Amino acid sequence: MTITKGEPAGPAATAAAGAAARPAAPTTAAPPRRPAQHGERHGHVPHDGTAGAAAIEQARNAMLRDAKPLKRSRIGADVVCEALLRQGVDVFFGYPGGVVLPLYDVLGDYPELRHVLVRHEQGGAHAADGYARVTGRVGVCLGTSGPGATNLVTGIGTALLDSIPMVAITGNVPGALIGKDAFQEIDINGITLPMTKHNYLVRDADDLPRVFAEAFHIARTGRPGPVHIDITKDALQQETSAQHPTEAEVIAGLPGFRPNFDGHPRQLKVAAAEIARATRPVILAGHGVLHAEAWADLLAFAEKTSIPVAWTLLGIGAISEDHPLAYGFMGMHGWKHVNRAIQSADLLIAIGMRFDDRVTGNVRTYAPYARIIHVDIDPAEIGKNVAVEVPIVGDAGRVLRALTPMVEETPPAARAEYLAELADWRAESEASSWHGSGAWREGVLTADFVCERIGDLTDHRATYVADVGQNQMWLARYAGFRLPNSHVSSGGLGTMGFGLPAAMGAALGRPERETWAIIGDGGFQMTSQELMTLVQDRIPVKIALFDNKKLGMIRQWQEIIYGGNYHSAHLLGPDFAKLADAFGIPAFRARTPDEVDPAIEAAQAVDGPALVWFEIAETQNIFPMMPAGKGLSDLIEKWDGPEE
Amino acid sequence: MSLPVEDLDSDRSNGAGPAHSAPPARALPGSGEVNRHVLVAIVLNRPGVLNRVASLMRARNFNIESLSVSHTDQADVSRMTITLRGDDVAVEQVSKQLYRLIDVLKVQDFAGEPTVEHELALIKVRATDANRAEIVKVAELYRARLVDITEGSVIVEAAGSEPEVDAIVALLRSYGIKELVRTGTVVMARGSASIEEALKR
Ligand SMILES: Cc1ncc(C[n+]2csc(CCOP(=O)(O)OP(=O)(O)O)c2C)c(N)n1
Ligand SMILES: [Mg+2]
Repeated sequence: MTITKGEPAGPAATAAAGAAARPAAPTTAAPPRRPAQHGERHGHVPHDGTAGAAAIEQARNAMLRDAKPLKRSRIGADVVCEALLRQGVDVFFGYPGGVVLPLYDVLGDYPELRHVLVRHEQGGAHAADGYARVTGRVGVCLGTSGPGATNLVTGIGTALLDSIPMVAITGNVPGALIGKDAFQEIDINGITLPMTKHNYLVRDADDLPRVFAEAFHIARTGRPGPVHIDITKDALQQETSAQHPTEAEVIAGLPGFRPNFDGHPRQLKVAAAEIARATRPVILAGHGVLHAEAWADLLAFAEKTSIPVAWTLLGIGAISEDHPLAYGFMGMHGWKHVNRAIQSADLLIAIGMRFDDRVTGNVRTYAPYARIIHVDIDPAEIGKNVAVEVPIVGDAGRVLRALTPMVEETPPAARAEYLAELADWRAESEASSWHGSGAWREGVLTADFVCERIGDLTDHRATYVADVGQNQMWLARYAGFRLPNSHVSSGGLGTMGFGLPAAMGAALGRPERETWAIIGDGGFQMTSQELMTLVQDRIPVKIALFDNKKLGMIRQWQEIIYGGNYHSAHLLGPDFAKLADAFGIPAFRARTPDEVDPAIEAAQAVDGPALVWFEIAETQNIFPMMPAGKGLSDLIEKWDGPEE
Repeated sequence: MSLPVEDLDSDRSNGAGPAHSAPPARALPGSGEVNRHVLVAIVLNRPGVLNRVASLMRARNFNIESLSVSHTDQADVSRMTITLRGDDVAVEQVSKQLYRLIDVLKVQDFAGEPTVEHELALIKVRATDANRAEIVKVAELYRARLVDITEGSVIVEAAGSEPEVDAIVALLRSYGIKELVRTGTVVMARGSASIEEALKR
């Protein structure tokens, strides 16, 4: 191991300290900030209901109540800040530009509102996304018109496909110039229209209070999703006395938005009957369980019925992986035993998941013996990809709480044979995968081993943020997740470059936990400029760089599906230690299994961001793998094809 | 739902199903039987609402045959009538996806319901002194009327159901159609039931 910079600055034992303590109110224009304690919050309201949270909430309300009168008149930009504060936003991610300067001009008057200056608007959107995923609250990002707005688009799309509550704000040219191809004018409203839950163009400051209140309500209510607000520059500058609406007024103003939360009693009865009849049931837990904060309800239901739980990529953490009923990760790169259980199930109880093609493969061959109970808050998801016997539209938590008392208690002993068979399958599949061959024992640094070590050395209590590619699948499979919302991953859009900025937001959202970003060398080179944000804003993200010197997932497909034609799979990377050093981030390097633990521990000991450069095996594949278009029973488990 | 049993050629050596050798294929959603549907969407008359509906239809790969938009008796509420072809589940998907739009208040499929279904067509037909009287007769036969008469052409205004309008258009084609415009179908349930009434605010 080569330590390139920064002796460990004391143990990371202070991680939890200061979590609930209220930081001194940051003063407006007093950079540089006092050096932050590791894990300290900056104007953050703990959402865990501690006394500290209550105190801060009280202080915030007091501040809102007797906000010192502005020495100038109130303009649209003030309304934006007020609206964010009213919604409990403590931090947002933005980048200035001509048309949003009126907003930056007033930000200093709102010291409770922390603005993180990102290095690229895409990073801002992903950071807001990561923040939302770990807190369950609405993440907020901001960009200027034209290129600033288009740079947000990838992040908004990522949030849409994973149902993340987000409000993305952009400035636009003054109303009179709209439609004139003005400097930095783009029809961003037209661009975000099909990739948001809803969007707005605001040309009159008097509309801002209503629009912001609606946007937050829509973003977080029902199936969450991103909402985009485009505001003309003159609306930001316009004087206004418009008042903020109450939540009741907001709801009354949205007659077309009435999500259904409670499952239909008749369907619940049918579901209970199906469950009573099933002999090989499997629960499929998805992201909806986490959105609904229904992990305890899921556990109660699974334990009462002794039904094993499989999870989707975004359902990771819905049940602790060390629970006896936690069976594993399903789908294209899921465990063989899990897919096998699904293929032989006679009942699937799908909760808050959407039968995505990465989960089902060829739908015709999916779970051929299973009847399906499908619980989802979005009626459009039910019957979209697979036909189901029992559709239940509702919130995962409310449905589970209603359903559990209706099902009969079934002890594990009553399913002994079934559960024993599943256990056998599991033992077999875990032992036969490449991972089980234990190449790391022979000195090869394999990615699965690194993931296991990161999981263990963080006591499985950190926030783990994936990028996209093999690294994402290794993390999903091997880190061992115990806590809800401890795993953050771009599942639906599969956005490379997501990991680092999302980790930034996650670390700010939940500073009391360590945050690890697991990123491939390809994805890292897409958004690594945010390293500087980590430094400037003192965001203590630990980066695990999985350097296989390849676009690994591309190389894997080329090896197996394209006859070993590795066009453009090799990519050069810089000396990542020097790179980190240039940003002022301590870097540690591991090339052999022996070097893994010391490198992780050294990074943990750094008070602030740190990077560990894992030079992993260059051609390790992630197996099993279900080739696109094939079925869950067609897993490729090993590949002895042509070597490079 | 009963699962149709049929052989699949895929290798399922990993499948550990019950002791059958050929597992049944999972039925895809929907009957696959393609029919014409008439959807009515009651929407808030907010900026971009037509764009949202059209964008959704395009992005979700639904094929619109006709779309007509107009005001209702309430100033801020509009009514869209969408005709499209698809199987039952595809059309159900359309309505569910439409409901996801914040500005959509109500969606109803009128296929198979007792309704009045109408559209209006203006058909500019080549006409000479020799055949003008004949065109008038054809029009009368279809309860259409001539709304413009000039030396070389007439404009026929026809209203009726889609097949009725199809029929008169087909007949007039032999005289030579210079120009044709159709409003697209609008539909209203027979009887006192009203899709709008429940939404009156
Ligand atoms: C923005 C974006 N571009 C392209 C892809 C396609 N893609 C998926 S995985 C992958 C390779 C990722 O390489 P790397 O980041 O090094 O991760 P590895 O698979 O090697 O772990 C690519 C190019 C993508 N998911 N996102
Ligand atoms: Mg790589």
